[in-house]
Amino acid sequence: MSTEANTKEIFETMDYGTAIESDAHAWEWLKSHQQKFGHFIYGEMLIPEKNEYFSTYNPATGDRLADVACGTAGDVDTAVKSARSALAEWQALSCYERAKYMYAIARLVQKHARLFAVLETMDNGKPIRETRDIDVPLVSRHFYHHAGWAQLLDSEFPEHTAYGVVGQIIPWNFPLVMLAWKIAPAIAAGNTVVLKPAEQTPLTAMLFAEICMEAGLPDGVVNIIQGDGKTGSALVNHDDIDKVAFTGSTDVGRIIRKATAGTNKGLTLELGGKSPIIVFDDADIDGAVEGIVNGLWFNQGEVCCAVSRLLVQEGIATKMHEKLKARLEKFRVGNPLDKSIDMGSIINKTQFDRIDSLVKKGVEEGAELMQSSTPAPTTGYFYPPTVLANVSPSDTVATTEIFGPVLSTMTFRTHEEALALANNSRYGLAASVWSENINLALDLAPKLKAGVVWINSANLFDAACGFGGFRESGFGREGGREGMHAYLKPSFIKELKPYDKDSIINNGISKEHGIKNAGIEQIDRTPKIYICGKQARPDSGYSLSVLSPSGELLGQIAEGSRKDIRNAVEAADKADGWSKAPNHLRAQILYYIAENLEMRREEFAKCIVEMTGVSKEEAVKEVEISLQRLFTYGAWCDKFEGSVHFPPMRSITLAMKEPVGIMGIICPNEMPLLGFVSLIAPAIAMGNRVIALPSEQHPLVATLFYQILETSDLPAGVLNIITGWHEELTKTLAEHDNVDAIWCFAENKNISTFVEEASIGNLKRTWCNNGLKRDWVNPIEAEGKEFLERGTEIKNVWVPYGE
Amino acid sequence: MSTITSKPVIHQLDIHQNRNSGTALNLEWLDHIQVNFSSVEGRTKSLLGRRCVKKQWQEAWLLKAITCMDLTTLGGDDTKGRVRRLCAKAKQPVRRDIIDALGMTDAKITTGAVCVYHEMVETAVEALADTNIPVAAVSTGFPHGLSPMPQRIQEIKASVKAGAKEIDIVITRGHVLTGNWQALYDEVSSFREACGDAHLKTILATGELATMRNVAKASMVAMMAGADFIKTSTGKESVNANLNVSLTMVRMIRDYFAETGYKIGYKPAGGISKAKDALSYLILMKEELNNDWLSPELFRFGASSLLGDIERQLEHFVTGHYSANNRHPLA
Repeated sequence: MSTEANTKEIFETMDYGTAIESDAHAWEWLKSHQQKFGHFIYGEMLIPEKNEYFSTYNPATGDRLADVACGTAGDVDTAVKSARSALAEWQALSCYERAKYMYAIARLVQKHARLFAVLETMDNGKPIRETRDIDVPLVSRHFYHHAGWAQLLDSEFPEHTAYGVVGQIIPWNFPLVMLAWKIAPAIAAGNTVVLKPAEQTPLTAMLFAEICMEAGLPDGVVNIIQGDGKTGSALVNHDDIDKVAFTGSTDVGRIIRKATAGTNKGLTLELGGKSPIIVFDDADIDGAVEGIVNGLWFNQGEVCCAVSRLLVQEGIATKMHEKLKARLEKFRVGNPLDKSIDMGSIINKTQFDRIDSLVKKGVEEGAELMQSSTPAPTTGYFYPPTVLANVSPSDTVATTEIFGPVLSTMTFRTHEEALALANNSRYGLAASVWSENINLALDLAPKLKAGVVWINSANLFDAACGFGGFRESGFGREGGREGMHAYLKPSFIKELKPYDKDSIINNGISKEHGIKNAGIEQIDRTPKIYICGKQARPDSGYSLSVLSPSGELLGQIAEGSRKDIRNAVEAADKADGWSKAPNHLRAQILYYIAENLEMRREEFAKCIVEMTGVSKEEAVKEVEISLQRLFTYGAWCDKFEGSVHFPPMRSITLAMKEPVGIMGIICPNEMPLLGFVSLIAPAIAMGNRVIALPSEQHPLVATLFYQILETSDLPAGVLNIITGWHEELTKTLAEHDNVDAIWCFAENKNISTFVEEASIGNLKRTWCNNGLKRDWVNPIEAEGKEFLERGTEIKNVWVPYGE
Repeated sequence: MSTITSKPVIHQLDIHQNRNSGTALNLEWLDHIQVNFSSVEGRTKSLLGRRCVKKQWQEAWLLKAITCMDLTTLGGDDTKGRVRRLCAKAKQPVRRDIIDALGMTDAKITTGAVCVYHEMVETAVEALADTNIPVAAVSTGFPHGLSPMPQRIQEIKASVKAGAKEIDIVITRGHVLTGNWQALYDEVSSFREACGDAHLKTILATGELATMRNVAKASMVAMMAGADFIKTSTGKESVNANLNVSLTMVRMIRDYFAETGYKIGYKPAGGISKAKDALSYLILMKEELNNDWLSPELFRFGASSLLGDIERQLEHFVTGHYSANNRHPLA
């Protein structure tokens, strides 16, 4: 070895040279499998049904690493059957038994840490530093944390049951971390799983499968099926899957939402983003630059929560850009197994070309291009860290997720403007805020539309802190207690029965528009619709007749239409002060609504009797329970609070519960007052603004309710009530892009299905009964935390501290 | 601010020509200094995962570390004999056969300087007469810096007169803790004046400055007042040099360079005793500044036991065996 000359030369150049992590063990492992992998089903490595394989390559070198089976629908079916057959025994184990298996997995991940890291780097192209120092430690931490939830399942989640068999599909950017985020909470909660890795990165999942065998995990609890989009589709559409959990692109998320609509399958989606990093003029600018390094130029920018939009206060913009430019020159892009590398290879040519064309588009649209001039290998798909400076909000690169190492920058003048720019996105996954002023940072955090906010930091994760998005970034959380809830449902759900022939109500409204002779003694009551705190005439100008069970005309109601929904959503949008109002104020108003209702209980009971034909006694009881329910949610207003996490670093993480936003609520036909109150009360208690469609067939109690609202100080626009045909009104609501969530308790299952299908536009959260009937009298089914959870989003705000 | 680009290593003459003449005290500039401690920690932690040097690169880097070393003795029990022995070690820091085996015979590896108390300056200067190794003197009432001002000035002058080429002064920490930047600026300016042609290395005693913001601001004031080097510690505080404080100071050097065009040297001191630590500091300088700061003109370690660890490591490269202390000459 010519060490002599070299040492002297290096003494002058002071270069880093190379420090390559050996891939010998990983190759040994691949070869021990003849570089060929099938599926992992019922505790065994299975040969696929058909002899169809695809190859997986090292993106940095182009080397073929292995051939991997491409799962057919038959293979998927075998895997689902395996998971189904393992379910009962897995659930029959004690919490302690399940926890022990999960603890064993956590320990085994640690024992084989380096092999996992090297293999992941080879398969994905990301730097060994990241797999070794970040990915693999996160994976073992996730299993440790969830071994704990497995242990505490019965005591911490009473009256909850696992979904059953869960189908999980994960992306190629964090193959192993995503696997852990999916499998750990699912099996801790007592589900069994069929997981499909991305076809670009199938390998570490197979090593994980071996760990499951080594841990002695009962056969069939974890099944891994390899394959591409078709395999994934077969999994999502399999009849015997109880829940689907997906991480990947927003486009595929929409397809899955549509495919699962009306199937009663649970669904969580973790999708794309275009997350902002906001830098104020009182920030540690060097720190903020490193925030971009850690939050964007990490994993080649192939990160759903990458902080790819820099919003910098105008006064420091030049300085910040200069510092960024200088920082780019320090980047080392190259062989991801080199221990002195910052960025490795993009996953494949398709992604590389997409990044490149978006950057070109950005330049075309006027952005100023800054790119690192440091050399990168010409084999593989190495893309330099890139800044597109001074883009406009309308530019493609300001709104489109690039999924590459590309930062778009914009300036702002004031914190209000920063907030407006930050929230000017279809997505809502993460945000990073840089300021040394804690008042400013904590003022901004709750106002940012993002599931995760990092203050003076970026890209921090921990198993105890939930992760997930708002808006088109998807729904559901991974990690922490909220992540466990994504794999559990209230136990009574499985006992619910569909509305049967006798319980369907379809004679309360006359289908004819003709004038009927009311023969009503009293002065004509002409209820309108209720929008923005006022009774308004419906846009249609039509009315519908409300009939008693014996067909007598009881009165008329407005026939709401598309435009009324539009107006109601606008009113709700303006009423955003309600979402920020103090809990105490919301509580007072709910109690006040109860107080005013209480004074008119007789009138309400009479109305219920007339419309539904129940006995007076039953109607009085319905009013009474409605009053209690209002009290319940008045009580909850200031008690359903967030929590504080202490992740394993010097930081607190505030898990804040926030209102979902604007909600459409489709009320059940039966129990017209109680059904209505049971749904609107928790929604407004949590700070949501509501467009309610009251009982379609028995709407008069809701119209009577207008007067209660008018005397109860509820701000205008918080609760809007539109009478009319559910099917038609629901369509507009479910398709409205400014509605954040829909709760659907219509007896007609098709309406639920429709809501889920139509929600794909802006990926609104949906909570549908799928035609299953709840007992509105029974508090287990009709009130409490389930309703509050559905009415809130959890935002995790990371606040590192220390002086 | 202009981009920092890689330039050839500056020679002693250049640096003298471009010697920091200081600036007026710019308080507005200080007002804008922000340091987020968690973020600083995050950067130093991740940096060591992002860069490493192995094999012959490590050999070269460790030899470089030796050339950037202020081989130091600051004991109450220092004697002339002890100082002469230290100087001999400075001249020949690594066993000749190891240097030969590494192919560095011609490179004339010596330490960057020898650092002593004023009392020992003459002895050191004499012992190093046939070399270019400068003698540095700790001064101004080291380590606490609380002796009367005229005496502190006098001490500098005496050391310069005795042949010290570098003066390591200590600041009044109280000025920093009370935010009296004018007093700090005046103090360091007077020391600089007293130094004349000798280089001024300003010890901030960061372990006593409480916060990273204080460290950053004190760094900046010292540079404005004409410091040629800024240095972390006396080695006598309970907390000495570490990477966090170094990152904070080095970033101020970068900002000062961007604003004024003057390159200020950096010297971490105290507690750096492992070859691996030395590499970490060199990586930090290369990443946050550039290769110009990988030379004795702009970078020094204040260390007494570091050399021994580096020697053992170098022998390991040559023999493939792990080495032992007794195989290397004592300082």
